[in-house]
Amino acid sequence: MSDALLEVKGLKIEATAYPPGEAPRDITIVEGVGFTVEKGKVLGLIGESGAGKSTIGLSSMAYGRGGVRITGGEVFVNGRDILKVGPSGLRALRGREVTYVAQSAAAAFNPAKKLMDQVIEATLHHGLMGKEEAEARAISLFAQLGLPKPETIGNRYPHQVSGGQLQRVMTAMALCPKPDLVVFDEPTTALDVTTQIEVLAAIKRAIVETGVAALYITHDLAVVAQIADHILVLQGGKMVEYGTTDHIINTPAQAYTQALVSVRSIDHQEKTGGAPVLSVKGITARYRGTKFDVLKDVTVDLPEAQTLAIVGESGSGKSTLARVITGLLPPSKGEITFNGRTLAPEFENRTRDDLREVQMIYQMADVAMNPRQTVGTIIGRPLEFYFGLRGDAKKKRIQELLDEIEMGEGYIDRYPAELSGGQKQRVCIARALAAKPKMIICDEVTSALDPLVADGILKLLLNLQKIENVAYLFITHDLATVRAIADSIAVMYQGRVVRYGSKTEVLAPPFDDYTDLLLSSVPEMELGWLERTIANRKMEAAGN
Amino acid sequence: MRIPISALIGLFFTGLYFSIAIFADFISPYGVAEIVGDAWEGPSATHWLGTDTIGRDMLSRMIYGGQTTIFVATMATLISFGLGSIFGFFAAVKGGWVDQILSRLVDLMMSIPTLISALVVLTVMPVTLPILIVVMGILDSTRVFRLSRAVAVDITVMDYVEAARLRGERQLWIIFREILPNALSPLVAEMGLRFIFAVLFISTLSFLGLGVQPPMADWGGIVKENKEGLSFGITAALYPAFAIATLAISVNLVADWVLNRTTSLKGGRG
Repeated sequence: MSDALLEVKGLKIEATAYPPGEAPRDITIVEGVGFTVEKGKVLGLIGESGAGKSTIGLSSMAYGRGGVRITGGEVFVNGRDILKVGPSGLRALRGREVTYVAQSAAAAFNPAKKLMDQVIEATLHHGLMGKEEAEARAISLFAQLGLPKPETIGNRYPHQVSGGQLQRVMTAMALCPKPDLVVFDEPTTALDVTTQIEVLAAIKRAIVETGVAALYITHDLAVVAQIADHILVLQGGKMVEYGTTDHIINTPAQAYTQALVSVRSIDHQEKTGGAPVLSVKGITARYRGTKFDVLKDVTVDLPEAQTLAIVGESGSGKSTLARVITGLLPPSKGEITFNGRTLAPEFENRTRDDLREVQMIYQMADVAMNPRQTVGTIIGRPLEFYFGLRGDAKKKRIQELLDEIEMGEGYIDRYPAELSGGQKQRVCIARALAAKPKMIICDEVTSALDPLVADGILKLLLNLQKIENVAYLFITHDLATVRAIADSIAVMYQGRVVRYGSKTEVLAPPFDDYTDLLLSSVPEMELGWLERTIANRKMEAAGN
Repeated sequence: MRIPISALIGLFFTGLYFSIAIFADFISPYGVAEIVGDAWEGPSATHWLGTDTIGRDMLSRMIYGGQTTIFVATMATLISFGLGSIFGFFAAVKGGWVDQILSRLVDLMMSIPTLISALVVLTVMPVTLPILIVVMGILDSTRVFRLSRAVAVDITVMDYVEAARLRGERQLWIIFREILPNALSPLVAEMGLRFIFAVLFISTLSFLGLGVQPPMADWGGIVKENKEGLSFGITAALYPAFAIATLAISVNLVADWVLNRTTSLKGGRG
């Protein structure tokens, strides 16, 4: 046992599945996984959803989430097999030698207690320090993590700090008992891009300065490349590739890793010119009962069969713009011209053709489809409703649409719960296409999907644009997606369009401060990118 | 499809009670108001459950009483669910002042205990079966309204409802095709419970003398007629209690099963 702090050998994890109408059966979630983490090193666990990365991360604390059992293998922490130490041994381990940082800080904090009390709770519980000493340590950690007013921030409640700050407070909580190992479970996934990189930098600094070892779980290879010394790539609960960060990023050996590294390399030729199908002129809007304009004087054009990307962080008003265009939120000023006609502000007053020609695809495909309707009903309803198709004609058209979204036969009678995430989003696309729209509003359609699946959806959308001549209004916070799909771009910040033009214009210097911040916040798959970027920033991310 | 044993038991007894109620005229050995023996005879070959306070056959009384009780409770439950869920969904879908008016009206009705308002209404109105049913149905519909509104409010904010609205669908389609299928599970569970509350409610009213009027029999009325017997060790008043208890359990066993089936469907909610 040289420097190995955590050593996992032949890990096997099982759970019991309860398929409806069948007898329960055991399924294997993780099999044959082994790795080592040395003192002060960071191991990145990477994979898509369902790859078992969180499950493996928690196994380093010998913990299995609801119904999950560790059934094989050995997990050594500081030289002893923690699968054999029993409940009291685990109590001594957890929160002392190994600590945990969860994905959603907002859900992980007790809203009724002050931050400081929660940060030092485990430390006091294990009797590692006195209360004053622990508080002093917490304050120095707050300062180390770059939190504002480190002396007093501990007196606040969780709702009084922003999401990015809360994530850093949780990191302080994990570091407070001076653990040997911290498990970070997607700590930056729920944050805005501009906030993500600040938190990432803070975590990295804290890891370097405290010399703690870490397991860093994420689905974003570019993020993990900034922070990890070694990377373990997982797929379906099995190890795909394990090596140094440099090796995984620059010379991946396995096809799956290569696909992950080269994701988002869609080559899209930008289209210009063309008559606008949608013109948004001087739109100002606010939600009912509020006095704050969420959109301020927004003017953009979307030419026929092209893609306009609306980019911005959360709260920039990009989804609100979609609601105004669809007529869910009537604007207080300005007007929307579609196809040469002025659209009524409320969707109730629009003609059936106006409604048909503007379709919408949502971020969460799960809640965008009625779980009690089959795929056939979901796609068939617009056909029936707008075109009066029935019986065989309808069935034939549904199958055509399913072929168009590359799903083929055998799906008509399935329910949404029987589809994968990517398939669900495809069905939503088919539902929108069924109406033969002139324009589709895509509201963050790929952000809930794994990178490889998202890639497939983007390629499909680009293909369909060529076949169906449909224009996309593409709302996203992800600049890689924008590069892949957009013809023109509007950057939104605090309800205003701060930069607008063709893709090449918008993405070429000189940048305004906000666009620069946004562009520089997208992690690149490159070693040392984080340090360089932080050093070169023009503007601090707001509210982190 | 495998039916769990508890649901089988529930189905069997619920079915038994309902078929006895439906075929009461053929099954029952004597007429409902026929005096066939002495007061409070014990069980015998001719009178399996003995006789009641004025010598009517207890078994026949129980069978006809069950018919009335189950009929009234079923009709009242149907009315309360019809009214309550339609208005509840409507309030949820419309929102705004429609929702406010309906909800506050229901709050107003619920602020008076059901039994008290029923007693007040029934002392003024002639006590006939239709009026009983309607009064019970309306009073109970307030509970159903609350539940269905609460369930539907959660569903109306779903993207698929928004998608249907943006498609230009009518209110009725949204209520019956988008919301109802997703709200069914909690409503079915509630229906089992509400039916039993209706059975208890009509029995209470009859016990107080404002429910089913003699010479018709119902379970609450039978308890009332025979309650004096209890002090002499006559068990006649306990039969209806036993019947209500078993009916309550078996109906809810069935409701549980339906609930399980609808929530674990392949298209289960979240």
